[in-house]
Amino acid sequence: MDPTFIPNPVRSALAPTAEDDGRVIVNIGPSHPATHGTVQIITELDGERVLRADVHCGYLHRGFEKECESHTWHNLIPYVDRLNYCSALINDFAYCGAVEQMMGIEITPRTRMLRTLLSEYSRIADHITCVAAGLMELGAMTAFLYLMTLRDYIYEHLADVTGARVTYSYGRIGGLARDLPEGWLKRLDEILDEYETYIGRIHGLMDRNRIFIDRMRRVGVLTQAQAISYGVTGPMLRSTGLARDIRKDTPYLAYADLDFEVPTGILGDNYDRYVVRMREMDESVHMIRQCVDLLPAGPINVDDPRCTLPDKKLVYREIESLINHFKLIIDGPRVPAGETYYSQEGANGELGFYIVSTGEGQPYRVHCRAPSFIHMGVTHLMLEGGQLADVVPTFGSVNMIGGECDR
Amino acid sequence: MTTTRTPIPIVPDTPKVPTFDLFTTKKDELVGWARKFSLFPYPFVTACCGMEFMSVSSTMYDTDRFGAALPRFTPRQSDLMMVVGTINHKQAPVLRRIYEQMCEPKWVMAFGACATSGGFYENYAVLQGIDKIIPVDVYVPGCPPRPETVIDAIMQLQDKIAKQHHVILRGDF
Amino acid sequence: MAMDAPLVERLQTALGIEVGLSHGMPVLQLAPAQVFDAARTLRDRFGFDMLLDVTAVDWLGQEPRFEVVWHFFATASQTRVRIKTRVPESHPEVESLKPLYGSAAFMERECHEMLGVRFRGNTDLRPILLYEGFVGHPLRKDYPKDREQPLIPYRDA
Repeated sequence: MDPTFIPNPVRSALAPTAEDDGRVIVNIGPSHPATHGTVQIITELDGERVLRADVHCGYLHRGFEKECESHTWHNLIPYVDRLNYCSALINDFAYCGAVEQMMGIEITPRTRMLRTLLSEYSRIADHITCVAAGLMELGAMTAFLYLMTLRDYIYEHLADVTGARVTYSYGRIGGLARDLPEGWLKRLDEILDEYETYIGRIHGLMDRNRIFIDRMRRVGVLTQAQAISYGVTGPMLRSTGLARDIRKDTPYLAYADLDFEVPTGILGDNYDRYVVRMREMDESVHMIRQCVDLLPAGPINVDDPRCTLPDKKLVYREIESLINHFKLIIDGPRVPAGETYYSQEGANGELGFYIVSTGEGQPYRVHCRAPSFIHMGVTHLMLEGGQLADVVPTFGSVNMIGGECDR
Repeated sequence: MTTTRTPIPIVPDTPKVPTFDLFTTKKDELVGWARKFSLFPYPFVTACCGMEFMSVSSTMYDTDRFGAALPRFTPRQSDLMMVVGTINHKQAPVLRRIYEQMCEPKWVMAFGACATSGGFYENYAVLQGIDKIIPVDVYVPGCPPRPETVIDAIMQLQDKIAKQHHVILRGDF
Repeated sequence: MAMDAPLVERLQTALGIEVGLSHGMPVLQLAPAQVFDAARTLRDRFGFDMLLDVTAVDWLGQEPRFEVVWHFFATASQTRVRIKTRVPESHPEVESLKPLYGSAAFMERECHEMLGVRFRGNTDLRPILLYEGFVGHPLRKDYPKDREQPLIPYRDA
C-alpha cells in the first residue's frame, strides 16, 4: 500500500448521482471556520440549494466515557470541564451534583447560591461565544470584537476565583474548591455594568439591521414538533415557542429562590435563537444580581469525610485525617452502588449524567447526555431546503460545542 | 569566513567565494524579517484551546501587533498552521492532508497540551501529539495556554524564522 | 414526589410490570421484546414525547452481559422515566426506536459503535464518533483503553 495514501475516515450517506442532472456533492469541513472545526457536513447541492445534508461529527471524540472508568470520581472533574468548554462550570456542577445525589449529600447553602451564580455567569460566557462566533461568520467583525472583550473580562474574573480562564476544575464533590477572594463581588458588579454597555451596542448593531434580518429570519427553521421528536432542548427548543427550562420546571440548586423569565421564540429560526440567547443573557444577569443579594455566609464544603478532604493542618497532625486524606486521593470517594440520571440546564439544553457505581472509588460507567450531540441529529432538517450560504449561520445558531458533542 | 550549515546550491557549480556567503546571509536576514512579521495563520481549531485562540486574536491580547492576525482559512494561502486543540485519530488524516496542501515555507505550532502530546487523554481515540504525523516548530504548553503564552510562542517562532535559512530558488527550480 | 406515586401506579397498571424508583425517577425493567411496545405506550398514552438518551452498560462477567438504558421525558408534565433491558453477548439486539423518535438515529449509532448493541430497524448504523476501519467496540470492558488504531502511519522521530 502506498505509504502516502490518506484514508477517508467517514463513509458518506450521499452517493454521487448521474453526471448530467446538475447535482453536486460538496464537502464542508471538518477543518472549516464555520463548523467550529469539528463537524463535517456533506451536502448535495442543486445550484445553491441544499437538497440533502449528511452531518458527520466525532472529530473531537476524546474517549471521555472510557477515561471515566479508570480515574477516581474526583479525578474526573477536569475531564468533565472539557465537555462544554464554553461554560465549563455548568459541567462541573452537573457532574458533582450527580455524584452528590448518589452519595446522598446535601451541599451547604453558600455553595448552593455560589453554584447558581457561577452557573449563570458561565451561561453568559457561553451565549456570548455563540453569538460572537455566529456574528463573525456573517461578517460582523466589530460585534465579535466587542463580545470577545467582554468575555475576556469574564475569563479574567473567573481566573481570580478558580485559577483558570477557560477550564476551571472548580467544582468538588460536596462543595467547591475555594471560596471567593476579596473584592470579587465588587468586580462582578463592574463587569455586569460593562455587560450592559457592550450588549447594548450589539443590540444597536444587529437587532434591526436589514442584512442581519435578511440572513437570519426564516432561515434554518425548526418546527416545535420536529424539535420534540428529535430530543432538542435548551435555547433551540425555546426558540420554537415551547417554554421548557429545567431551572424553572424542576428547580435545582437555588433556582427556586430566584425570580426570572424563560424567553421563547416564535418561528424557531436563526433570528429567534439569537433573540432567545440575548434575552437569556439578560435574565442571567438579573439572576446573578439576585444571587449576590441572597448569598449567605458559611462553609463552602460539606463536613463529610466521605468526600471532603480534611483540613491540611489536621492531616499533618492526626492519623485519622491522614488516612482519610490518603484514601480519598488514592482510592477516591466511595459512592454507594446504584445508578442515577441527573440533569441540569446547560447552556445548550439538558445536560445529563447517567452514572453507574459499584461502590468503588472509581465509576463503573459514566454516560454524558450531551445536548450538542442530539442537536447534530436534527441539523440536517434545518439545512435541507436552504441555500448553501445559510449553512453557516444556521450551524452557528445550533451552538455545537465539539467537546460536548463528541465527548 | 566559514559557515556551519550546508547551503543548498542556487545554481549548481557556482564558485564559492566568501562574499557570496555575505549576500546569502543578508538575504536570509531580510527574507526572515519579512516572513516573521507577516505570518498568515491557518487556525486548525478543534477544542477548548480555540477559546483562547479567539481571545488572543481579539482586542485584549492582539496578535495583529505581531503581524499574525489575518487567518487564512485555506492552506494554500497560509504559512503558519496553528493546531489548536485535541487531534484524534479520526481527525489525523484531515490534519495530514491539510499540512501537505500548504506551500513552502510553512511552520506548525502545536497549541496546547493536547496538540503537543495528547494532553491528559491517553486512550484509543486521541493522537498522542501531532508531531507523530507532522513536524512541529513550536510547542505551546497549557491547558489551555494563557494568551500571553501564545504570544510568547509566536515571538519564539519569529526568532526561529529570523535565524532560518530561507531558500528562494531551489536546485531543481 | 407526590407526582411520581400516581405515575408509578399508572405505569404499573398499564404495562403490567413492577416499576421501581431510582432517586425519584420511575424505572421499568423489561425484557428486550417488550421495549418497543412499552415505548409506544409511554409516548402515546403517557405523553413521554421526547427520547432523551439511549445508552448501554457492559456488565462483563454477568450473563446477559449488556444492559441497554433509555430515558424518556414528557414535555407537558416534565417527568422522566427510565427503561432498562438486558441483552446477551451472543445476541446483543434490541428493537430500534427510530420509528417513534427522530433522536434515536444518532444515539443508537453511538451505542452500537461503542458497545456493539445492534438496533433492529435502524438501517444506518455507521460509526458516528469513531471512524471507518475502527475494529472493536471501545466501551466494552474487554477493550483495552490504550489500544489505538491510527489511520495514517507515524513519522520517524
